[in-house]
Amino acid sequence: MGKLSWDAIPIHQPIPMAASLFVTFAVFGTLGLVTWKRWWPYLWREWLTSVDHKRIGVMYVLLALVLLLRGFIDAIMMRSQLAIAAGGAAGYLPPEHYDQIFSAHGTIMIFFMAMPFMIGLMNFVVPLQLGVRDVAFPVLNAISFWLTASGALLVNVSLVIGEFARTGWLAYPPLSELQFSPGVGVDYYLWALQISGIGTLLAGINMVTTILKLRAPGMSYMRMPVFCWTALASSMLIVAAFPILTATFGMLLLDRYVGMHFFTNGGGGNVMLYFNLIWAWGHPEVYILILPAFGIFSEVIATFSGKALFGYRSMVLATLAICVLSFMVWLHHFFTMGAGANVNAFFGIMSMIIAVPTGVKLFNWLFTLFRGRIRYEVPLLWAIGFMVTFVIGGVTGVLMAVPPADFVLHNSLFLVAHFHNVIIGGVLFGAMAGYNYWFPKAFGFTLDKRLGLISFWCWLIGFYLAFIPLYLVGLLGMTRRMQHYADLSWQPYMIVAEAGAVIILCGIVATIAQLVISIRTRERRRDRSGDPWNARTLEWSTASPPPGYNFAVLPQVKSLDAFWSMKQQGGIALPQRYDSIEIPKNSANGFVTAFFAVVTGFALIWHIWWMAILGLLCAALTLFAFGWIKRVEHEVSGAQLAEADRSRLRGST
Amino acid sequence: MRDSYLTRLGRACALVAIATQGLFGNCRAQGVLDPQGPIGSAERLILLNATAIMLVVALPVIVLTLAFAWWYRASNQRATHWPDWSYSGQVELVVWSIPAMVVILLSGVAWTGSHLLDPAQKIPSESAPIRVEVVSLDWKWLFIYPDQRIATVNELMVPAGAPIELTLTSATVMNAFFVPQLGSQIYTMPGMATRLNLLADHPGDFPGLSSHFSGDGFSDMRFVVHALSAAEFSAWLARTRDQGTGLDADSYAQLARTGGAAPIQTYRSVDPKLFQHIMHETVEQ
Amino acid sequence: MNAPSTAADFAEPSIPLSARGPAPVRIVVAYGFWIFLLSDIIMFSALFASYAVLSGQTAGGPSGHDLFELRHVGIETLCLLFSSYTCGLGVLAVERRRMKGFYVAFALTFVLGATFLGLEVSEFARMIGQGAGPSRSAFLSAFFSLVGLHGVHVSIGLLWMCFMTGQITVRGPLDFVRRRLLCFSLFWHALDIIWVALLTMVYLMGAR
Repeated sequence: MGKLSWDAIPIHQPIPMAASLFVTFAVFGTLGLVTWKRWWPYLWREWLTSVDHKRIGVMYVLLALVLLLRGFIDAIMMRSQLAIAAGGAAGYLPPEHYDQIFSAHGTIMIFFMAMPFMIGLMNFVVPLQLGVRDVAFPVLNAISFWLTASGALLVNVSLVIGEFARTGWLAYPPLSELQFSPGVGVDYYLWALQISGIGTLLAGINMVTTILKLRAPGMSYMRMPVFCWTALASSMLIVAAFPILTATFGMLLLDRYVGMHFFTNGGGGNVMLYFNLIWAWGHPEVYILILPAFGIFSEVIATFSGKALFGYRSMVLATLAICVLSFMVWLHHFFTMGAGANVNAFFGIMSMIIAVPTGVKLFNWLFTLFRGRIRYEVPLLWAIGFMVTFVIGGVTGVLMAVPPADFVLHNSLFLVAHFHNVIIGGVLFGAMAGYNYWFPKAFGFTLDKRLGLISFWCWLIGFYLAFIPLYLVGLLGMTRRMQHYADLSWQPYMIVAEAGAVIILCGIVATIAQLVISIRTRERRRDRSGDPWNARTLEWSTASPPPGYNFAVLPQVKSLDAFWSMKQQGGIALPQRYDSIEIPKNSANGFVTAFFAVVTGFALIWHIWWMAILGLLCAALTLFAFGWIKRVEHEVSGAQLAEADRSRLRGST
Repeated sequence: MRDSYLTRLGRACALVAIATQGLFGNCRAQGVLDPQGPIGSAERLILLNATAIMLVVALPVIVLTLAFAWWYRASNQRATHWPDWSYSGQVELVVWSIPAMVVILLSGVAWTGSHLLDPAQKIPSESAPIRVEVVSLDWKWLFIYPDQRIATVNELMVPAGAPIELTLTSATVMNAFFVPQLGSQIYTMPGMATRLNLLADHPGDFPGLSSHFSGDGFSDMRFVVHALSAAEFSAWLARTRDQGTGLDADSYAQLARTGGAAPIQTYRSVDPKLFQHIMHETVEQ
Repeated sequence: MNAPSTAADFAEPSIPLSARGPAPVRIVVAYGFWIFLLSDIIMFSALFASYAVLSGQTAGGPSGHDLFELRHVGIETLCLLFSSYTCGLGVLAVERRRMKGFYVAFALTFVLGATFLGLEVSEFARMIGQGAGPSRSAFLSAFFSLVGLHGVHVSIGLLWMCFMTGQITVRGPLDFVRRRLLCFSLFWHALDIIWVALLTMVYLMGAR
């Protein structure tokens, strides 16, 4: 069994052991509940083998919400540790454990919370907004989701069996090389991310092909909703950037497993090479996260201002500019490596140039609000919160893009505050806005507004309370990833930050409560119109939830904001003619492939070679088997489609 | 539940109050905002100037956002409503120009600042420079004075007013040498030498740390820079040469053994080629 | 499932291409696969970049000049380039339903591809036998992974070829089988392009 033994379970460490027990009970408890209630056939048929983009989107978002909780628990543990470990105090988390916690926090939040949330929302919304029935490759879509879930599973298994990486979320060598990290932690990190990285790359390819080749008749590029433009830009970045991550992690794996010398101290390895490669991926990655959020805000602000988005063309231009520029700035993540004034200045200036299209977007949102009729629904509040918060984050970012300023701020808590500012203020606020906005489309009823507001205010106030002190203490000289610190004057800041984290926790609890209570009381907020917000884009023309095939007949698009134009012209007439259509049947391909991916990954981590080969063989066989069998589609007749449309019309009047 | 402008205003004021309290609650500024040398001072100036330039645009944007969000609320009958207004060439021109101009201005700052404050650039001064070779170990700092032929651990004595010419490397994993009150930080990388030039204007004690995570003992990689007057520095030099052991292969091997917080210690003699030797040894594995 | 309203609509020249509705399946599949190939090329680029950075780091060991046998590499190149030609012939044969031509062309492609792989494996074995394995130095690590990754792609291509031959024999030249064949040929040609870059950057420049 390779390196695996009973020692891998952290029996002698109380906190990890308690966490392991909790997670194990939670997981097996859930599985037990599902078995006892006989939900497996339903789950298998409707969700686990679904290739419907709407179902897959929902599963992505669910994965993201669960891992938000896990990543946040890491965060609050870090905050509590730092609130008490001042002066000579050691705190309650020893360095070996603390180092794993901050590494897991970053890894989970970026790869298994933010990415799945954005990809999930893109998955759900884009085909509906484009007026088509599904993405280009539905089975590949399912595979993508299940591979992402596999990566998330492996990271959480490391909590119970073995350990996680202690290197930070990017695993810089030489610390991450075998010489300085001989345990399985870095291997868990690398294999989990390689597996989910394949899933993400496939999702990017799928989305690019969908947006470029599958749109309703009449929907030229300049009639596409802005969210689809940002989804396109983000997906193009995924296609261009994730292969770099795969290659880089591949090289680190070769160093660790085969004794190669890409980044080792001996043999001619070069640590700076890793920095350049990983950030050549890493910077586009943050734009992969933020661009869909920008798209969500464009949709939300336009809808709730009752006005078209201001400056559509320049929004598109700005989005594409950001897409291209994001590949030209990566060195600003390591100005302090000593590359020289010319190189530093070039990358600093390029980083500032990216602020121009971003600023343009902000102004365009501002002028969308201007002379609108603004309704204070939950998604809009998130948008306003974003606009204010992101400006601050952007200012601190451009500040650090000036190399001499970065020389004193790099790796400090000022930096940490900056990137949380833009990721929470941008990505997370966008995710919450999108979640509240499109929930009624997915499930047929809106979320409870009061709890949504409570969640928003807790997040907003909690965010500022948690991160403004970090800006300040970064200026005082506190660096990141410290497990304890000597300077007692830093402690008040840490305590205020801890208070902020607790308020954010209330926000998360409010979100969970909002979901649970909204489901319980859903009849009160049932939406039968399909258009609860009086919105502008095509997804709101379908029923809530839409039928599996989305549109009985693909809409003929004549303008931007196609649904709004249809409403202006007196509503949507039922189509004259219904042709029969074919819908792909479910496929277990994704689920089975992912199962073998987990087995293979686990085996590779623990050096159980026979299991790894077997797992890889089975995964390959799965691919061949599903490729061999005839792809099955089932037909929905024109008459059935017509009847479904008519009964929807009856139901909504 | 309608959001009230007063509530929003109140929240904004509270945040400003907290921030201000944080900034001025301590009797004096510390760290990066309290530089004790020309490099740190220049960097603080850039920080404050760049922030001010950006706030000229950022603050009005924030105010306008909150103002528009409140004034144009649906229940406000007095607000004008332009439902079909979604393009204006003049607005576009302004909207692209403002960020562009700010960026052009800051780019100038970035270009000149990067060149003037390049870490490898020597600081012109009338005083004679002092050369120090820095090695980051797990988890302590070794300072070698190749001209004075002594070495110290976790304590860096320098004459006040003299340019400090640092050459840095790491014997194990990457670290970063950072003294917030003196200015720039720089990475230390195994098998490579980076350069940093700093200067302490006046005598004083300045805390330093590693700002790049390097493993379990990282939080203990603290050291102090003591800037001394010329007389005090000579006296310290004489004392150091007179006590303790020398830094030879054996004592270095002992020092390099992995360990947590290391006590401050000095070495009365050191081979001036030790730094080169460490650099080569690190990559001969 | 996302078929255009009518096939005629999609071919209507007066409507701009971007507004004709969803593209036919054949185009969608080929386009998506092409995007995948672009991403694969980017993965190779990262390894090319690493090779460029590390090519001088021989750690006192042998360099490309000492190790590369250009004649050997030349034969490999001819095999691969010619196999691209036969692959193209095979795909054309299927489009014209000349199945015997297809089997001959693909058999040739397989043999040429397998020969390439065999030659490459023997080159690797020779180098490892001489003590110039991937763990000897950073240069060799970069060499083995870059060339090795290409070799892994060729191996996957050979397996895919067997699968396609089997599927076309049992199922016949159905639409979805021909679409996959098109994807395979794109893959095989792309491997050629990468090999040309490899040949230039690694062997020709390294042997000097």
